[in-house]
Amino acid sequence: MIEELAGGDSLIRRLDPRVKIVVVFLFSVAVAVSNRFVVLMLALGLGLCIVLAARLPIKQLVRRLVPVNMFIILLWFFLPFTFEGEPLFSVGPLVGTHEGVLYAARISIKSNAIMVILIALVASTSILTLGHAMHELRVPKKIVHLFFFTYRYIHVIHREYLRLVSAMKVRGFRPGTNVHTYKTFAYLVGMLLVRSSDRAERVHNAMLCRGFSGNLYSLSEFSLKTRDMISLILMLALILALGVLEWTKIA
Amino acid sequence: MDKNSLIINLEDISFGYPGRPPTLDNLNLRLGQGDRMGLIGPNGSGKTTLFHIIVGLLRPSSGRIEIFGAPLKGEKDFRVVRQRIGFLFQDADDQLFSPTVLEDVAFGPLNLGKSQNEAKAIAQRTLDSLGLAGFEDRITHKLSGGEKRLVSLATVLAMEPEVLLLDEPSTGLDETTEKRTVDILKGLDLSYIVVSHNVDFLMETTDYIKCMANGKIMVNDERIPHSHIHIHEHGRHPHDHSRK
Repeated sequence: MIEELAGGDSLIRRLDPRVKIVVVFLFSVAVAVSNRFVVLMLALGLGLCIVLAARLPIKQLVRRLVPVNMFIILLWFFLPFTFEGEPLFSVGPLVGTHEGVLYAARISIKSNAIMVILIALVASTSILTLGHAMHELRVPKKIVHLFFFTYRYIHVIHREYLRLVSAMKVRGFRPGTNVHTYKTFAYLVGMLLVRSSDRAERVHNAMLCRGFSGNLYSLSEFSLKTRDMISLILMLALILALGVLEWTKIA
Repeated sequence: MDKNSLIINLEDISFGYPGRPPTLDNLNLRLGQGDRMGLIGPNGSGKTTLFHIIVGLLRPSSGRIEIFGAPLKGEKDFRVVRQRIGFLFQDADDQLFSPTVLEDVAFGPLNLGKSQNEAKAIAQRTLDSLGLAGFEDRITHKLSGGEKRLVSLATVLAMEPEVLLLDEPSTGLDETTEKRTVDILKGLDLSYIVVSHNVDFLMETTDYIKCMANGKIMVNDERIPHSHIHIHEHGRHPHDHSRK
């Protein structure tokens, strides 16, 4: 499910996870607020370079981009026709506008640029390291805990789900378009919720028995190496350049 | 029994879940220093509830709880006691919540205020002593059922408790892992209470077995002769029987 991908070694993989998180965060913000096509295209190019440097298999990359782009395709059906502006083309009674098309194009490039760099980050860092790095970066404890627990228990809940589904199957359940199916799925979801909540209570009890008092401690330590500093400065410079390009409207 | 050597002393404990007959009904239980008690009883007879009451996860509707010679009243008292009582849960997935084995075993010591290095050392030592060296960086949810149980035991032992409460430690284990658990328990210099349906397991790991029924602990030392006639196919292969 949530598993780091690239098994091979790469510079990106060896970078301090804190550097990666900071860079991804700033990059995403910069891309999200930019509007010029030059800037967006450059950002997308930069993202692709980084993801290639992480030596991620292209197939995996594409597979992960599909869901986002399915959503974006949906936007292409609506945005060009709902934006006011200069008419560009028409489909029957619907008129697509210049502005609408540009807007949709912008969203497409932005989302893909951000997704690509996020994939590079997640694929090159283990979930544990990510969590600990977030903790080191002073991300609120509650969020880090949520992150860890989601990772730990999503498998348990998934197993519980599979067990319930098999239990339904062995008693001859075949989903269809009828009330019986909807009702069964509602029971399934309800059952999962109840079981998860019971599980949460038991886990909390087990933690209390081991002296839990609200603090989770981390055993890993990070140290910034020259390589990390150079990458950080380089990336910050590039992000800044994108910002300057957007702001001053040169080129 | 000398009052000073009593570790756990429960007097007239009653407890009930709403809308059901009382689970514990004026129950009395005494565990002394060095005692190894087995507890057997039908499903729903309140064995797990009893454990939860001892560590204060549930509060009895009436009765007195005295642990390590001091009466316990509020959450604050129990918090101290929980550090000296190790509770092994029935389902290891409830107990192992950290991503890696080492982090999970170090969780207890860290909560006790140990430094990172101390906690790591304790965790390492505990894992070694249970024959789990090399498991440090394993991902907890990817362990097998037997491994999970042994690691859970490590997480409890790492807190260096004085008493253990073991809730069905042998359930779901194959013969080899069960034997390993028996050896580990026999090698511990601790007092403990083991809940189990497996009489053989209790005979091997405990000094005496008590029975729970009707919300009470029954004193029943009578030895009733009985035999198990046993024959079937595949008898040559290692296997379990649910009806012993």
